[in-house]
Amino acid sequence: MTIRHIALQSLRRRKSKAFFVLIGLTIGVSTTVALTALAAALTSEINHKLDKYGANILIVPHSENLSLSYEGLSLGGFSFETREIREADLARLKTIKNAANIAAVGPMVLGPVRTAGRKVLLAGVDIQATKLLKPWWRFQGRPPGPGEIAAGAEVSRLLGLVPGRVLEVNGQKFDISGTLEPTGSQDDGLLFMSLAPAQALLGKKGLISMVEVAALCTACPISDMVDQITAVLPEAKVTAIQSVVQGRMETIRHFRKFSYIVSFLVLLVSSLVVLVTMMASVRERTAEIGIFRALGFRSSHVMRMVLMEAGLLASLSGLLGYILGLGAGALSLSFLGGGTEAHVTPDPALAACVLGLALALGLAASVYPAMTAARLDPYEALRSL
Amino acid sequence: MSFIVTENLVKHYRTGQAGVAALRGVSLSIPPGEFVAVMGPSGSGKSTLLSVLGALNTPTEGRYRVDGIDVYGLTPDRRADFRREYLGIVFQNFHLVPYLSLEENVMLPLTTKPMAGREKREMAENALDRVGLAGKGRRLPGQASGGEQERTAIARAVVNQPPLLLADEPTGSLDQTTGQQIMHLLRALGDDGMTIVMVTHNRDCAAYADRIVRVEDGQLVPAD
Repeated sequence: MTIRHIALQSLRRRKSKAFFVLIGLTIGVSTTVALTALAAALTSEINHKLDKYGANILIVPHSENLSLSYEGLSLGGFSFETREIREADLARLKTIKNAANIAAVGPMVLGPVRTAGRKVLLAGVDIQATKLLKPWWRFQGRPPGPGEIAAGAEVSRLLGLVPGRVLEVNGQKFDISGTLEPTGSQDDGLLFMSLAPAQALLGKKGLISMVEVAALCTACPISDMVDQITAVLPEAKVTAIQSVVQGRMETIRHFRKFSYIVSFLVLLVSSLVVLVTMMASVRERTAEIGIFRALGFRSSHVMRMVLMEAGLLASLSGLLGYILGLGAGALSLSFLGGGTEAHVTPDPALAACVLGLALALGLAASVYPAMTAARLDPYEALRSL
Repeated sequence: MSFIVTENLVKHYRTGQAGVAALRGVSLSIPPGEFVAVMGPSGSGKSTLLSVLGALNTPTEGRYRVDGIDVYGLTPDRRADFRREYLGIVFQNFHLVPYLSLEENVMLPLTTKPMAGREKREMAENALDRVGLAGKGRRLPGQASGGEQERTAIARAVVNQPPLLLADEPTGSLDQTTGQQIMHLLRALGDDGMTIVMVTHNRDCAAYADRIVRVEDGQLVPAD
């Protein structure tokens, strides 16, 4: 016969109150688990999608002569006359520590060409890499193949280009494979070809003007990858596209903040449910506590008994809340239309945190009722019988 | 040498603006092993006296010593320890905890003692055996008769083998036959050397005591 035994028997006797405490805390804990798991799953999905969304690292040659802006981002010094990056050097990207995080490498050669009496910027790109780097590109027609050229929306409008016609560029004739739908970026003012023919046309065989890199950086800081690439390409300037990275982090932060606030509010309400129910339980047990005190239980014994009941219920709530929370998270994810990349997965660290949290909340909310019980005057308590 | 000494015990209760004197200078000495019956009409202060002797109700004035210990000079925690070690209390209406078995109820005073569970159980079984409830310890109070509940309350009071037993109307809610059995039991405990103070308004029950003291209007008066 121990205080724990009495606490257990008391819980069995007062099933309805125990149930209220259990449900109150379980709802709070499961909501927290569901939101946390949901936030983690959506964060992972957002990361994955954003990683797929486009380049987040740019590699340009070092230059002091001319500043070039591309997609609203400063590419640093760039000059058509300056020394460019050798295409062969890009193989070094595979040697960096986080090479596995590189999803796509898009070398690009840029140079002015003459066509239809105008000077236009021609971009030679790796068409396969571009599909990953610029998934928002949509062509009227198709992307350029060998001997073909595609035009940005603005160039097409100005020069009256349509797929299927022939365009003469620097004295060479190319079939127009397609025109790019408006992107709102500088791509609208460019002509596009495959990399090798563009290099030949511009007289830059084996040279690259810039490289776009899409890095899957969910678990690695992008600045580390920038440092690693800089180390293997010392002649180039490597820059993280901060707007993309920061935007990504901001999205995640907002979602996490939201889930923390909601969790806090739900847990607050749960704690109040525990407090009110435990207070009601103590009031109901006034006479019983009087008996314990009359039989020689100290105040601390009574307090321990009440806290033990709360602790037992809170531990059970933590366990139930974790399981239900994971289920609710998975269910919510399917309602929210989470993609195939978003999964709610059991996390032992989260489970441990949740059990600790439930226990701490249950005990904290029961301290006042326990103190009230401990302070009961035994004689007055017995008189209530 | 007295085991229990009360000196000029006074207890006032406040009811609204007015004060009620439940005890008005009660001085009493009880030697060890004596069985004392406290009698008096309803509202005379005998239950208040028992609660003061039970270290449950701090007197307004006066002193109360048991075995030389100034009971109300102790801290509340020490007073709880005193109740556990020195006192067995048999309450009117038994005051058993309804969700604990009869055996568990008997073990309650042993709960906080640093003893092995088996030892506690053995002590409880012995106490139940002594009051004639051997083999009935697994029942809940709701499944026991009034007499069995009273015996359980007595077993709980003596399981710790305290030197002092306080009983408040122990036969008040029992039929005559069961009441007599309970009084035999208390007499036997007294004969074993336990000091007993029993509050009763029943002359037949009081007859089992070594001495009868009367309380009237909060004061001790000579017994008839």
